[in-house]
Amino acid sequence: MDRIPILKFGNALLVTIQVDMHDRLATTLEEDLTSKIVAHSARGVLIDISALEIVDSFIGRMLDNIAAVSRILDADTVVVGMRPAVAITLVELGLSLAGVKTALNVERGMALIEGRLSESEADDADDED
Amino acid sequence: MPTTKTERVEIRQSDDVVRVRQQTRTLAVEVGLSLVDQTKIVTASSELARNTLDYGGGGEVVLEILDQAGRRGLRLTFEDRGAGIPDIEQALKDGFTTGKGMGLGLGGAKRLCNEFSIASKPGEGTKVIIARWK
Repeated sequence: MDRIPILKFGNALLVTIQVDMHDRLATTLEEDLTSKIVAHSARGVLIDISALEIVDSFIGRMLDNIAAVSRILDADTVVVGMRPAVAITLVELGLSLAGVKTALNVERGMALIEGRLSESEADDADDED
Repeated sequence: MPTTKTERVEIRQSDDVVRVRQQTRTLAVEVGLSLVDQTKIVTASSELARNTLDYGGGGEVVLEILDQAGRRGLRLTFEDRGAGIPDIEQALKDGFTTGKGMGLGLGGAKRLCNEFSIASKPGEGTKVIIARWK
């Protein structure tokens, strides 16, 4: 069966969606990511959708679900690289992806995740005082 | 209305939804729609193809390039012989779903197109027509 590769990158997981996903592939990605967050104790998930020509309600829901589940598992999800035409269409469709953090590109997305990590490390250091 | 090209895609399984998207994209480019308008009609076609599959039990879409006095457009007609929709007004409302979706498909598809019409009879099936003009 087809699978979308999930790469480990420091404390984060990196997913680059490069194919036009059918619905089963999206569901599989959701499940795979959830188990990998736990297996690698990941603190962040970066999903690059710059190759996606559309995001419909099914893929939108997948992104929302991944963000919600990873939050419960103490990992931040950042969706990066959304094309402008996709963003316009999503809003008109009625999907605001309210629970999903977004960044313009992979660098900024990674900076968001690292920023959160250093904050929580600072908190830990405070606790030790 | 003169039709300059007609294509047909069967919708029987989840892969077919991807094929509908790709075919819609190809014809939208041929019509000369802008990138944003291409994205809108491809997204609408994805929603409607999934409805045809999930709620209509499968069916088909006919894609047509139209030419009305020099103005070009793309029209998609989705048809299934499924259970039909008892209350169309309710089905068009955002957030209404009888399935596992978000309930954005039908209303969302309507917002993404210039023309939208739907006809459905319980027990006989559903026909949805959308069009986007250049």
